[in-house]
Amino acid sequence: MTHSGGPGSVLIIVPAYNEEGAVGGVIAEIQATVPGVPVLVIDDCSEDATIVTARAAGAEILPLPHHLGLGGAVQAGYKLAFELGYEYVIRLDGDGQHDPRDIPVVLDTLRSSGCEMVIGSRYIEEDSNHTSFLRSVGIRFFRLVLRPILGKPVLDPTSGFVGVNRAALQVFSKSFPLEYPEIEALVVLKRRAFRFIEVPCRVRPRAAGMSTITPVRSVYYIVHVLLGVLVNILRFESRRWRR
Amino acid sequence: MEPLLNAIALVSLAVIALVLLSLRRAHIRVEYSMSWLGAAVALLVLSQWRSLLERVSAWLGLGDDPASVLVLLIVCVLFVVSYRFSIILSRLKDANIALAQKVAILEFQIRTIDEKQQTESSY
Repeated sequence: MTHSGGPGSVLIIVPAYNEEGAVGGVIAEIQATVPGVPVLVIDDCSEDATIVTARAAGAEILPLPHHLGLGGAVQAGYKLAFELGYEYVIRLDGDGQHDPRDIPVVLDTLRSSGCEMVIGSRYIEEDSNHTSFLRSVGIRFFRLVLRPILGKPVLDPTSGFVGVNRAALQVFSKSFPLEYPEIEALVVLKRRAFRFIEVPCRVRPRAAGMSTITPVRSVYYIVHVLLGVLVNILRFESRRWRR
Repeated sequence: MEPLLNAIALVSLAVIALVLLSLRRAHIRVEYSMSWLGAAVALLVLSQWRSLLERVSAWLGLGDDPASVLVLLIVCVLFVVSYRFSIILSRLKDANIALAQKVAILEFQIRTIDEKQQTESSY
């Protein structure tokens, strides 16, 4: 990696846990789409050959000393990017579901819109999503919950294809939801009066491995995220009252 | 009721002994032993001081069953100690995650410096 953050610099981060079957292809596609842009794989203590595969594909690796979960892994990437001085960071998943060919759209929008966060949304172009029924119901539910909180509609609040600028990077380095981070991260940004915008992105079936989503976990996810959103609002409101 | 009170006294003594032993072996820190010791001493005193137990029972409106005071005390202690440990665990988890991230970042930077030095020395 050219450790030279600074104005205009971009870093692609890929959190990965046991993704040896997919991560190599993801990195190759990223490099073909945005040649020369450094790719950092945050390995969340995988038990397979994720590190070896990712390194062989040409990515830099940030190996975590023990399993932190998705939020902890993504935040580690944000912290490193912030310390190295990067201005833009784009995160996509290591399972191959996000199409790296959409990176330029996210990056260009991040640069031109002035928004602190750009979300690659599966639902702007309806034919591009491969979402399960259960997940689709959950997303519709969270759209309704988030609409009044964010003051604007969000079509894909659970998307893991996200670009952030340095201002958001600074916030996320200090405060980032550690479990199921996507929805709560929007509320964290809202507390700082930051803006976000959605751009269309393609989603594909997983390139390898198995999804960990089960009906029980889905219910736990909904309750966990709702509580997290509520806590974020309460913190924000209590600060406003103290002012 | 005496056998019940005596059993509670014995359990309290066992808890006190266990906590002191754990403290001696450094298996538990002093600050986390205080709540267990406090609860065990309170149970011991109440179980062996009948008039005090009856007075507390009357004050709480529990009537002719002073042993209820001890049951209530045990439930309250378990609740408070569990809640306190949940808070401690949450803080420790946050600190642990921050520490793991810091270690990973420092290792990354050390590796980068090493690679840079190796590259420079090869010229």
